[in-house]
Amino acid sequence: MASGENQSSSDNQPRRWHHIRKLLERSGPFCHPDFEPSPEILDFIMDSCKVLIVGAGGLGCELLKDLALMGFKKLHVVDMDTIELSNLNRQFLFRKNDIGLSKAKCAVEFVNKRVPGCEAVAHHCPIQDLDEGFYRQFHIVVCGLDSIVARRWLNGMLMSLLQYNDDRSLDQSSVIPLVDGGTEGFKGNARVILPGMSACIECTLDLYPPQKTFPLCTIANTPRLPEHCIEYVKVIQWAKENPWGNNTALDGDDPQHVAWVFEKAQDRAVKHGISNVTYRLTQGVLKNIIPAVASTNAAIAACCATEVFKLASSCCVNMNNYMVMNMADGVYTYTFNAEKRPDCVACSNSTRIVEIEPDATLQMIYDKLCEDPVFMMKSPGITTVINGRNKTLYMSSIKSIEERTRDNLKKKITDLGLYNGADILVADVTTPNTITIKLKFLENQDVEMAR
Amino acid sequence: MASPSPKSPEQSEKTKQYDRQLRLWGDHGQSALEHGHICLINATALGTEILKSIVLPGVGAITIVDDKAVSDEDIGSNFFLECSSKDLNRGTEALRLLLELNPAVRGHAVQEPTDQILRENPDFFKAFSVVIATSLGEKTIQDLAQHLWNINVPLILCRSVGFLGSFRIQMKEHAVIETHPDNEQTDLRLDAPFQSLADYLDSFDIDNVDLKDHGHIPWIVIIYKAVQKWQASNQNRWPMSRKEKNEVKSIIGEFIRRDENDVPINEENFEEAIRAVNTALMPTYLPVKSQELLYCSAATNLTKDSTPFWIMCSALRGFVEGEGKGKLPVKGVLPDMTASTDHYIKLQNLYRTQAAMDAEIVYRKVQQIVAQLHCDNISEADVKLFCRHAHDLHLISGSSIASEYQLTSSVASYIARHLEEPDVMMVHYVLLRAAEMFASEHCRAPGDWEPESDSAKLKACVTKLLSDVSCAPFPKDDHVHEMCRYGGAEVHSVSAFLGGCVAHEAIKIVTKQYKPVNNTFIYDAASTNTATFTF
Ligand SMILES: [Zn+2]
Repeated sequence: MASGENQSSSDNQPRRWHHIRKLLERSGPFCHPDFEPSPEILDFIMDSCKVLIVGAGGLGCELLKDLALMGFKKLHVVDMDTIELSNLNRQFLFRKNDIGLSKAKCAVEFVNKRVPGCEAVAHHCPIQDLDEGFYRQFHIVVCGLDSIVARRWLNGMLMSLLQYNDDRSLDQSSVIPLVDGGTEGFKGNARVILPGMSACIECTLDLYPPQKTFPLCTIANTPRLPEHCIEYVKVIQWAKENPWGNNTALDGDDPQHVAWVFEKAQDRAVKHGISNVTYRLTQGVLKNIIPAVASTNAAIAACCATEVFKLASSCCVNMNNYMVMNMADGVYTYTFNAEKRPDCVACSNSTRIVEIEPDATLQMIYDKLCEDPVFMMKSPGITTVINGRNKTLYMSSIKSIEERTRDNLKKKITDLGLYNGADILVADVTTPNTITIKLKFLENQDVEMAR
Repeated sequence: MASPSPKSPEQSEKTKQYDRQLRLWGDHGQSALEHGHICLINATALGTEILKSIVLPGVGAITIVDDKAVSDEDIGSNFFLECSSKDLNRGTEALRLLLELNPAVRGHAVQEPTDQILRENPDFFKAFSVVIATSLGEKTIQDLAQHLWNINVPLILCRSVGFLGSFRIQMKEHAVIETHPDNEQTDLRLDAPFQSLADYLDSFDIDNVDLKDHGHIPWIVIIYKAVQKWQASNQNRWPMSRKEKNEVKSIIGEFIRRDENDVPINEENFEEAIRAVNTALMPTYLPVKSQELLYCSAATNLTKDSTPFWIMCSALRGFVEGEGKGKLPVKGVLPDMTASTDHYIKLQNLYRTQAAMDAEIVYRKVQQIVAQLHCDNISEADVKLFCRHAHDLHLISGSSIASEYQLTSSVASYIARHLEEPDVMMVHYVLLRAAEMFASEHCRAPGDWEPESDSAKLKACVTKLLSDVSCAPFPKDDHVHEMCRYGGAEVHSVSAFLGGCVAHEAIKIVTKQYKPVNNTFIYDAASTNTATFTF
């Protein structure tokens, strides 16, 4: 085979890309079956392939650098956050002078300057502010977020872009692959999602560890750990003493607020003989801080960048499809095939069904939406259509509507006009789209009693 | 509105900047890192990616050894070079851009070839906590490795070729006290309670407390009482088998109070007790790994050059054989459990006090040894930390890269065993070694220009290696062709992955926390697989 020294048309420094051109212009025994080596692949990567990087934090900075050095130029970065001092131990595109500035803008500016030809574009806003048209323009989306809710929302967005043919088969051209990475301390994971084809974020919600919470009665009556003391001040004492007046909300980023909580928590700890309430722990509990270090982020982001490169070039098959990594005891990784749920709320093109007792209250549906592992919603808003008219059954996100609909929670669903086979429309922060769910009444209990 | 403005405990800039990592290795880990000095040989993309993740968390100093000039290819794959770096010294340019990441880190660049330093100034390497080498030839690797082995400086040897990467850690000995296990075993001593614990447990009368207190009894007490009851009809044996543990569980079930309809009341502490039976009834014993450490010759034959680790092991052995009656010092850690504050805190203090007393005994023994050997004193805090983690001590006794390169019989049979399995990750190792051999014979990477014609030559190297380990040739040439396809290319994301891993291991070595890889790590980015081999 020719070694491929033809100059790539679009780059004036062909030797710069000498390394990756070997992979793109030569065939190998382990290539993707569709792979045809050619200099045009690098042209595609450089001139056409649009990649969206979601998050410009620990993973995002790394992803931007990795992809720019792999030839990608049409990069977009979205992040609503601004730079803080505690980011600088790993978010290597930022300096002390940058504190307070937009992460997305700073990161993009730095990389465009360092890597000639890179044309990255920054979006300093929440991902929810960008619409379908925006997301539809990308070939690949790679995500390095620390928020599960935002990740689920993004997943829902990409799923909503899927189109189906008349025979209900998936229109492949509507699929935008999602590469997702996450880290926590010395642990991390990376995965490749082909929307509609392989397991999505919602298919594998059970892989996220449940958030650690302390029962209220422990915090109030039988504190044992320093965390219990801090939680007490946060949950009970702050509201009661209202230290800043005007019902000022507790802000974990305000050092004076943290200091106040720290002091009160210490008082409580001393009173109960509990030791080890520290400022660092107070901050950690208040802000739910996840430990983070440069090395883990570098490794996970690099793994994601490799997968983006494979998707864009087909020069190698993608990972199948989920890798977990633990760097606490040696360096351990495990790659497995996370399975697609046939009844997934987000990625299965089928009607969602909720089974419920005919005499259930609306509260029971609400709880099911929050607790059922298939939904795991945060604050679902529930509406329905009765006689062709929209009716809001319950919605907590808008205060006036919450007050008006609160009583509905106690009512029987049949009294609210719902029936076996009725559709409810559910909106939640975890998804960009309203989800239609069909109610299915469980067999009448009469049958049970008759036995 | 006037703010209540309490006295804000001053947090230094540094503490704020490093907050997220201090939660992983603590202030003492950070201090150890800040006393570290890392040497990088060759500022390749892999090299600078490693240093990036060592500079950011704030290592004390870095030194880059590199005599090469920056090429276009370097700029294309290395983030810490810029267009204006072209033709300048690679190490100096990379150093400049790396130090921008963290002004607290000091740095030096040395523009001499490694071979020359080894010849003319071998003591140069004594200053470093870890030496990291990338992109070295076979000959230099062996000379450098041998020298660092002799002067006892850890070496991490790294490679990144196409979708493959590897690193090899060479250290004579590395002891880890704080291993941070994911699931730490509890140390409750229910089978052998120390006096104050026994007194406290005996002071409870489960049957005669009011209902509210009943729901506040810690599960430790509940299990202890249940076992006592079980022992009364079982010749005072300790319940070991699953059946016996189930009997204890049903005794606990009988403790649960019932309401007026004889329905058991939901008492969380009793539920917890039933769940905890299996782990809490594990007898207290001296873990095999600890025993090996305490009785190995480094701990039994101390000299004035013995490290604090071995001195503490020796003192610990004294404790186990004497006051400890065959057991390690009490850890002094009580897991959280449903209980009233009073019960819990009292119990916690009992464990803590006993742990402090045990550590105090070990500390006195350490002082005696130090006095006899006339060596440096070891602080009481260090001994306390050592005792707290005595159950999870970890020692790596390393092997030399020389023996690996010479394919001594044990290395050869180890490689052969994995190849026969067959373990494709060991195939990758052989290919990486063969590519290195190829480069030393032909002065270029296999497939650098002509993948086709180099395949046969690379195959000859593979065949040579395989015959040296008494293995049959590979049935197919797939991996040889793939290596030639790579043509020595350094793919940035592959180097970035390894960079993160190698930086991580260097930090573990410098902070002496968490267990490092022992001793060879292989990464295949094509299949997203990794493996660890111990040569
Ligand atoms: Zn799904």
